[in-house]
Amino acid sequence: MHFVADKFDGEYEHSVPPVRTIVLDRPPVPVAPGVRERNPLREPLPSTTGPERLSLREISIDYGGVPAVKSVTMSIHQGEVLALIGPSGCGKTTLLRTLNRLTELTPSAARAGEVLLDGDDIHQLPDTTLRARVAMVFQQPNPFPMSIFDNVAFALREQSRKRPRRREIEPLVIDALRRAGLYEEVRDDLDRPALRLSGGQQQRLCIARAIAPRPEVLLMDEPCSALDPISTGVIEELIGELRRDLAVVIVTHNLAQARRVADKVAFMYLGDLVEYGTTADVFSQPRAARTRDYVRGAFG
Amino acid sequence: MKWLRKPWPDHRAERTLGAVSLLVGVVVLGMIAFVGVRAWPIFAHNGLSWLGSGGSLQTQLANMQATSVNPPAAAFHLRAWPLVYGTLLSTGFAVVLGVAIAVLSSIFIVELAPARLRRVAIPVIRLLASVPSVIYGLIGVLVFVPFVGNHLITASQKASVQSTVELTGAGLGVVVVILTVMITPIMIALICEALLSTPRSWREGAVALGLNPLRAVLAVTLRAIRPAIVAAAVLATARALGEAVMISMASGGSFFTPSLSHGVPIFLFEPFRTLASAIIDFNEGIGAPALSATLYAFAALLLFSAFVLSIAGYLIKLPLRKYQVRA
Amino acid sequence: MSVYAPDLDTRPRPSSGRGRRSSPWTWRWGDRLVLLCAWAAGLGLCLIAAAIVLYMGYRGIEYLRPGLLFARPAISTSQSHTGGILDPLIGTLLLTAIGIALAFPLAVASAIWIAEYGRPSWLARIVESSIEIVAGTPDIVLALFGVAIFQLGILAPLSFRAEGGGVYGRSFIAAGAMMSLIALPPLFVATRDGLRAVPTHMREAAFALGKTRIATIRRVLLPSVRSNIATGVTLGVSRIIGDTAIVVLLLGKTLHIETQGSVPAINLLRGTGSTLTSYVYDNSPAGEGAAPQKAYAAAFVLLLFVLALNLLVDKIGSGSLTSSV
Repeated sequence: MHFVADKFDGEYEHSVPPVRTIVLDRPPVPVAPGVRERNPLREPLPSTTGPERLSLREISIDYGGVPAVKSVTMSIHQGEVLALIGPSGCGKTTLLRTLNRLTELTPSAARAGEVLLDGDDIHQLPDTTLRARVAMVFQQPNPFPMSIFDNVAFALREQSRKRPRRREIEPLVIDALRRAGLYEEVRDDLDRPALRLSGGQQQRLCIARAIAPRPEVLLMDEPCSALDPISTGVIEELIGELRRDLAVVIVTHNLAQARRVADKVAFMYLGDLVEYGTTADVFSQPRAARTRDYVRGAFG
Repeated sequence: MKWLRKPWPDHRAERTLGAVSLLVGVVVLGMIAFVGVRAWPIFAHNGLSWLGSGGSLQTQLANMQATSVNPPAAAFHLRAWPLVYGTLLSTGFAVVLGVAIAVLSSIFIVELAPARLRRVAIPVIRLLASVPSVIYGLIGVLVFVPFVGNHLITASQKASVQSTVELTGAGLGVVVVILTVMITPIMIALICEALLSTPRSWREGAVALGLNPLRAVLAVTLRAIRPAIVAAAVLATARALGEAVMISMASGGSFFTPSLSHGVPIFLFEPFRTLASAIIDFNEGIGAPALSATLYAFAALLLFSAFVLSIAGYLIKLPLRKYQVRA
Repeated sequence: MSVYAPDLDTRPRPSSGRGRRSSPWTWRWGDRLVLLCAWAAGLGLCLIAAAIVLYMGYRGIEYLRPGLLFARPAISTSQSHTGGILDPLIGTLLLTAIGIALAFPLAVASAIWIAEYGRPSWLARIVESSIEIVAGTPDIVLALFGVAIFQLGILAPLSFRAEGGGVYGRSFIAAGAMMSLIALPPLFVATRDGLRAVPTHMREAAFALGKTRIATIRRVLLPSVRSNIATGVTLGVSRIIGDTAIVVLLLGKTLHIETQGSVPAINLLRGTGSTLTSYVYDNSPAGEGAAPQKAYAAAFVLLLFVLALNLLVDKIGSGSLTSSV
C-alpha cells in the first residue's frame, strides 16, 4: 500500500484515501476456452451484408386499441445485426414479437401492414412454418426440463414428419452446440439435465436450440439482460459469428451493447421508428434530436 | 372456570394445541392396532395363503357365519382369492382408463376449450367429485344393469355360460365404467393444477420453435408434469380400492372369478365381488367371531395396500425428479 | 414516419385479423388423434354430469312428493304405503351435526398447531402423516374400526343394546365419531392452508404491539381465515352426508329413529336410525329392494343437498379446483 499523499508531502492537509491495487485492475482471464479476449475499443467487424430477408411495410400493432407500434417500415438483411433500441415501452419488444407472430398469443393484439419474409407474407404462411424459419431467444433462459441433447434436438425432431433416430440427429446437435459456443463445456455428458446448467450456459443452450434447425432469421429479446458480464461477453462474441448465416435482430436496453454488437441500429420512441441507420451514424451523427438525446443518455 | 377466561400464556396454549393434535396420531395408531388385532386369527390359522384360492369361498363364509361362539379352528379356513382377483380387476381397469381420460380431459380444459366451455367444465368436475357413491350405485343398478342385461347380452351368450354363472348385466363392465367416472374428477383436478403451474416460458419457447399449441403441451408440459400424474394415479387407486357401496350395488355380488377364457364380451358381463364390497355385504354377520376376523383381515389388507401405494408413488416419482425445476 | 399529429393520422387502422394458423389437417396422425380424444373426453364428462343430474332430477320429480319429506317411513309390502323419508332426513342432519361438532375442534386445533407452532418437528410430521393416512383410508375400514372400538366394554354405554343385552356397537354417537374422521382432513387442510397464506407482516404487526402468539391467533389470524374454515366445513359436510359405509355398519338399519334409555338428549345419541344414504341403499335391489321409487326420491333429496353445498363452496371458496375436490 502506498499513499498518494506521500508524493505530495505537506501539500495536502486533507488525507487522501490510499490507492490499492485490487483484483479487477489486473487483466481479466478468459473463461471460455476458445473465445478470444475482447478489446472493447475494437474496430467494427467487417461488413457481411447479404440479401434482404425481412421487409416490414407500414406495420402497426395495437393492444386493445392502445397503439404499441405505429407504421414502421424497414428492411433486415442477412449478415447484419440490427439492434432495436429505445426507452421502456417504446414498442421494440412488440415489433420483435410481430416478426414471428408471437403477438398472436395475446388475444387483444391487432395489426395492420405487412411483413415479408423472402417475399412471402408471413401472415399467409402457417404460423408453424414461419416459426421454423424465424427463431427466437428470450430474455429469461427457458430450457425445457429435459437433457441437453433433447433440448437442442427438440425442434429437429418436431419439425420432421417422421421421428428421426438419434444417430441421424447427433451430428446436427453437436454442430449447433459448437456454433453456440457451448459444446466444449458440455461434451462429456450431453444427457445431463439442462436445468442444472448456469444462467449463461442455459442461454447459450437456448441459442443452440434456436439455431439447430437452420432458421433464416434469429430474433433475440434482450438475451443478456439476465446474465452476468462474462456470459454477456461470450454471447456477444457469438452473435458476431452467427450473423454470417442469419439475419439477427436484437432488442437491447444497453446502448453500449448495441454499439458493440450491431451493424445497423433502429431507434424507436413511443411506437414510432425515429431513426434507422448504421451504428456509426446513429451513435455519432444522429439525424433526429431525440436520438441524439437518447444516445447521450439524456433520458431512457 | 376463571382460568379459562383469562388470556392463556403461550406455552400452555402450545401444549394444549399440541396435545389435541397428537390425538389424531393416537387415533390412527389405534386404528392400525385394532384392525390388526381383530384380523389376527385369520393370519394365525391360514398364514398368508388366505389370499390364495382353494375350495368354495361361499361355503367357507357360510361356515363362519354359522359358528357363533368359540368356533373350532376349522372354521377359520379361508381362501379369498376370488375377492382379491375381483379387486385387482376392477381397480386396475378403472385406473388405467381413468388416467387416460383424466389426462385428455385436463388437456381439453386447459388448452383446447373455448373460455365459455372452460367456465362450465370446472363446476362440472367439482360436481362429479362430490356425488355420493350411493347415487352412482343407484344409477348403476337401476339403469345400467337392466340396460346391459336386456339389450347388450344376447340370449346365446347367456346360454353359453349358464352352467357356471348367470349373467344378469350386473358385473365387471358396469362396475369399471362407473368406477372410472368416480375416480376421474380427482385426477383431473390435480393434473389441471399441475398443467397451470408449469412456467409459461416453456410453452412460449416451444411455440416459438414452430410447434402448434397442442403439440407444445404434449411434448413439453406433459413430460414436465409426470410426477403429478403419478400422484393423481396413486390417489385414484386408493379411492378405487376402498369403494364398497357402489360395487356392492352393481357388481352382482357373487364369488365368481370372471375369466378371459369365456371371450371378451362375456368376460365383461360376469359378476364378481371385491374385498371392500364383501365387507359391506357380510356386515350383518359381524357378531360371529370367525366372520368378524375375516372382515377385519380384508380391512387390514386394504390398509396395507394403501401404505404400499403411497410408497410406490414416492418411488416412481424419484427418477422423474431429475429433470424438474427443483433439481 | 414520426408524425405527432393524431388528427392527421392516416395510417390504416389495425384489425384483429389473425394470420393463417396451421390447421390440424397438417399435423401428425398422433396429434390429430389426441385432439379428437381430448375433445371427446372433455365433452363426454360434461355430458355425463348433465345426464346424472337430469336423470336423477327426472326420477326425483316423478317420485318425490313434498309430503314425503315430513312423513315417517313405514313397513309395508306395497310401495305406495312405505311412508316418507322424515327419519332418514333427520338422521342425516343429526349425523352431520355430530360429525362436524367432533371434527371442528380437532381439525382447527391441529391446523393451528401445525401452522403456527409445529415444534418438535418430528411430532409435526407425525401429525401431518396421520391426517394424510386418515384421508386415504377407505370409509369401510374406518367403519370397521368404529365397530371395534365401540364394542369394547368401556364404551358400551354409548351404543345400542339389543333386548338380550348384546352390544352391537351401533349408535348415532358411534357413527358420528367416525364421521368426524371423514370430515377431519378437508377441514384441516383448508384451515392450515388458509393460515399459511396469511402474510407474515400481519403476525409481525400483532407481535410488535405486544400480543402473545395465542392472542394473535385468536384475534387476528382466525378471523382472517374464516372463509377457508367455512369452505373446509362445507367440504366436510358434503363428505359426511354422502357416506354410506359408515352408516350401514355403525348405525343399524332401523327404519325409525329409536332411542335408548331415558336421558333426553343422550338417549338420541345412543339410539339408532338411518340416513338418506342407508335408506337409498336398503331400498335398492342391493338391500331389501322393496321400494326403488322411494330410493329415487331420497337420492334426489341427497343430490339437492350436494348441489347446494357445491354452490356454497363456489360462493365462499377461492374458485380453484383442488381446494374443493
